[in-house]
Formats: sequence, structure tokens, C-alpha cells
Amino acid sequence: METSNIIFYIFGAITVLSTLYIVLTKNILYAAFALILTFIGVAGIFIFLGAEFIAVTQILVYVGGILILLVFGIMLTNRLSEKKVVSPSYNKLFGFVIAGGLFVLLIKGILQANFSALGWINQETSSPSGIREFGMTLMTDYVLAFEIIGLLLLLALIGAVRIAGNTRKEAEDAI
Amino acid sequence: MPFDYLLFLGAFLFCAGLFVVVTRKNAIMVLIGIELMLNAANINLIAFSSYDPVALQGQIFSIFIITVAAAEAAVGLSIIVKVYQHFKTADLDKINELKG
Repeated sequence: METSNIIFYIFGAITVLSTLYIVLTKNILYAAFALILTFIGVAGIFIFLGAEFIAVTQILVYVGGILILLVFGIMLTNRLSEKKVVSPSYNKLFGFVIAGGLFVLLIKGILQANFSALGWINQETSSPSGIREFGMTLMTDYVLAFEIIGLLLLLALIGAVRIAGNTRKEAEDAI
Repeated sequence: MPFDYLLFLGAFLFCAGLFVVVTRKNAIMVLIGIELMLNAANINLIAFSSYDPVALQGQIFSIFIITVAAAEAAVGLSIIVKVYQHFKTADLDKINELKG
């Protein structure tokens, strides 16, 4: 077995196990921490697939940003008085039927598509580092979409601050 | 490296996210499930993009997905915090004032 295969299986196992933990645990905070492991496993798989920039962005944005936001959200929406922050599962049977049914459907589809038989799957894919090409493509062909996504991020952040912050009236009432 | 295993991993992550979204009542757990589903989409995009090292559409699309996920998490969490201040709960089943 090659080394790259072993690395892939290790990161895949990290991702799958931490995802299973998120599904099974009742504690919201533990689920958020297991989500960190899931994101790191997925980032490892991205590096393995030759997408280093996406992997670093994944760790920066998800682990550094979204996870912190989630933990702050848990802190602000639960009264942390000795009690554990739990959220048990409901309608487990229906949830399992829906998710399991979709999973079986997707697996059957993937197996029937038989990607390994396609020509472009089997050709040599070693791209040493695509970061230069990635930057060139992002800044030439897709520069309009890039600017629009930056604008969307700015609008979302302003909106988030406006929604979560106190209005002037609430601030005056609080005094 | 078997290509199918990557797609199986994406399918598993998506279904686990769907299970979490369907079965949990806490709003933050629902957000966690949505993040899992977005990551599953990213895995599929990058898996297919790795066979095309010149055009890289999949990687660029996944950058946009990550950005939209960040925006969605920020706005979603601010709404959850505001809802918690108003209703004193983050349980999605108890927020039913619009129910007739």
C-alpha cells in the first residue's frame, strides 16, 4: 500500500469518526469541538487532492472563524448554570429513514456511474502545486464573481452586526 | 487511491448533516448540520477538480462555497442570539408564535 493511500485513509477515518460523534452526542459543545476534527480531516483530504489553498482557507475560515462563532453562540444561548448544554435527538426513526435512504440512494448512484471506468479518471493527475494557476484563474477569469463574493461578505457582516446589536431604543431602555 | 471512496465520504458527510438537521431541535445543532452538508459538497467539487489541474473550476467554486458558509453562519448566529433574547429559548419547536 502506498504512503499517500495510508494518509488518505487516516484523514478519512478522522472525518468519519468525528462526524459519527457529532451525530451520536447529546452535548452541543462536544459536537462543536468534534466539528473542528471533522474540518481538519476534510482539510487533510483537500491537501491530499492537490488543493492546498482550499485546505488552508478551510482551516482559517472554519476552524478560526465559524467554530469560534458557534461556541460564542452556544455561550450566549444557554444559561451556563452547572447544567450541561444538551440537545437530545427527536424523531430518530424518521431522521434515520430519510438520511439512510438518501445515503443508500447516493451509494447506488455512485456505484452505477462507475467513475473508475472513465478515461479521464485514470490519466496521470499529479499537479505539483496549483496555487499559481489558481491565483491566476481567480484574478482573471473569475474576477467579477470574486468581487461580488467580497461584497456579499461585507453585506453579511454589516447585517449580522445590525441584527445582533442593540437598536438605539433598546440601548436607551437599558440605561 | 480509489476515487469512489471520496464520493462515499462526501455522501456520508451529507447524510450525517441531514440527520443532524432533521433530528435536533436546538438551532445551533441545525447550523452544525448545515456546515457538514456544505463540507460534503466541497469534498465532491475538489475530488472532481483534482482531475483537471488547468481549469480549476471546482476549487474556485469551493472558495465561493466557503465564503457563503461564513456569511450564512454569521447572519444565522446573530439571528439565533436575537431570537434567544426575545423568546428566552433556542429550541426551534418552542418558537411557534406564527402557528395559527
